[in-house]
Amino acid sequence: MELVVISGKGGTGKTSVVASFAALAENAVLADCDVDAADLHLVLDPKIIRREAFSGGKLARVVADKCVGCGKCHEVCRFAAVSFDGPGNGAVDKTYRIDPIACEGCGVCAWFCPAGAIDFAPVDNGEWFVSETRCGPMVHARLGVAQENSGKLVGIVRAAAREIAERQGRDVVIIDGAPGIGCPVIASITGASLVLIVTEPTLSGMHDMRRVAELARHFAIPAMVCVNKWDLNPRIADEIEAFAGDGGMRSAGRVRYDPAVTQAQLRRRSVVECGAGGCAEDIRNVWQNVKGELNGRDPTCRRT
Amino acid sequence: VRIAVASGKGGTGKTTVATNLAFVAARAGRSVAYLDCDVEEPNGAIFLKPRIGEDREVSLPVPRVDPARCTGCGQCGRICQYSAILSMNKTVLTFPELCHSCGGCLLVCPAGAISEVPRRIGRLESGLAGEVRFVQGLLDVGQATSPPLIRAVKAAAPAAELTVVDCPPGTSCPVIEAIRGADYVLLVTEPTPFGLNDLQLAVETVRQLETPFGVLINRADSGDGQTRRYCRIERIAVLAEIPDVREVAEAYSRGVLAAEMSEHYRHGFEHLLAALDKETAP
Repeated sequence: MELVVISGKGGTGKTSVVASFAALAENAVLADCDVDAADLHLVLDPKIIRREAFSGGKLARVVADKCVGCGKCHEVCRFAAVSFDGPGNGAVDKTYRIDPIACEGCGVCAWFCPAGAIDFAPVDNGEWFVSETRCGPMVHARLGVAQENSGKLVGIVRAAAREIAERQGRDVVIIDGAPGIGCPVIASITGASLVLIVTEPTLSGMHDMRRVAELARHFAIPAMVCVNKWDLNPRIADEIEAFAGDGGMRSAGRVRYDPAVTQAQLRRRSVVECGAGGCAEDIRNVWQNVKGELNGRDPTCRRT
Repeated sequence: VRIAVASGKGGTGKTTVATNLAFVAARAGRSVAYLDCDVEEPNGAIFLKPRIGEDREVSLPVPRVDPARCTGCGQCGRICQYSAILSMNKTVLTFPELCHSCGGCLLVCPAGAISEVPRRIGRLESGLAGEVRFVQGLLDVGQATSPPLIRAVKAAAPAAELTVVDCPPGTSCPVIEAIRGADYVLLVTEPTPFGLNDLQLAVETVRQLETPFGVLINRADSGDGQTRRYCRIERIAVLAEIPDVREVAEAYSRGVLAAEMSEHYRHGFEHLLAALDKETAP
């Protein structure tokens, strides 16, 4: 089974919730699929036991010595990645140059270059890791700075986590997802057993929760909703749960605003490892409800 | 001057800063454009409450194959890096959702069998929020790639003395696209371990783009002193600090601009604007 924690809006508390779930689950594999701003490792302190390079695609590069300055690459590139400001090479005063950050990796320039002057080769876009933590095995990654293809890296992280779960007989993979609704989020939820949407009672949180709920529905993934810091605006918290109920989503419970969350982060521990009361109690309750839903039992959570 | 407000970590206050900046600059009589480039989850409209004057679809060109002309040579499948077009035994299949619209298949087809048709990815809305010229992109739910829509938002930017770009969180392609072309990047962070980790990633990204940048520390009295220490060691300018005030968080929850709520916060953002003016002065 795969549980994916997402939010739409960033900073609603996904990673703090996942870290607590990691501590509460007895037989889980953790996967940090927020590959371009991964934070779960800051709490779970993983010991890396396997490290793999990730290549998300290829990039084009003009070999200045071979460039004849014809401009074909500039003509065919649709991503404004080619400029006529490369160094001269004796034959021509200036050569073409490809901005690696703007390059989309389509290879069209390399295909059509009449001089064979464009090198089109796989690039390292980052790394992914398998680690041991005090809460069980964890798969995580680091996307290279300013790199593309985070969706592909998410796919690799998920597959590795599933493989460990099967091999070790662990019953659930808990996935920390990315904010937004784009490619890394889609890659982290497609085919998952359950999505938990962690949101906050603000107009922004509600707006973004609606879009991410629509995304879950689009891919036919069952979803639950958890309103974090609910006491910041109880009225909007009610509205979010009512909206969720109308859409056939169950509430997994509310979590109160509690400075203990930041304090736990500073101690590099999950909230539930630092204390029993306050929001730690709320998160335990949310975990029970999510676990119940995952196990297909009727959870104790209230229908909204 | 174009200022991109970015963060690495989500939820640190990008939209709060970007919308309040646009508001105080317009109030000071400057011509201001606000571009919401967080097209997956745009929230600027909640605070600026624009009157949308123009609403149009944004599409990308994807291939359509004319089977009558196709000779089954397979060149289209060979040039495509995204598995968006496959040629097998004279049958060509296209997968528009995987297409990056590079146009390679169209160029390579020797039979002229490929043309392009638009595929909708989202919407572009523009209008006025008070005196602020407002543009936002809205990615359709289920679409994976936001950079083309972000490009469309930037292309629709109205002329203005000050353009504020509200960026998506993260450090990968959508953020890069939103930041490209900016004169200055303001990185909004919070002084927690998560905030600092993601700030460091964002700093590496912005340095790679060679764009000048500074930091704003939000909820400055929560967390610890590590973020300030990092900025000091790395010689990164901290342009402003905003304390963690429940009143502000509650106003935010209702979609109210802090600068509109109280004179105190308005002055705070006016100071920030002055600091940005200094940073971006030629």
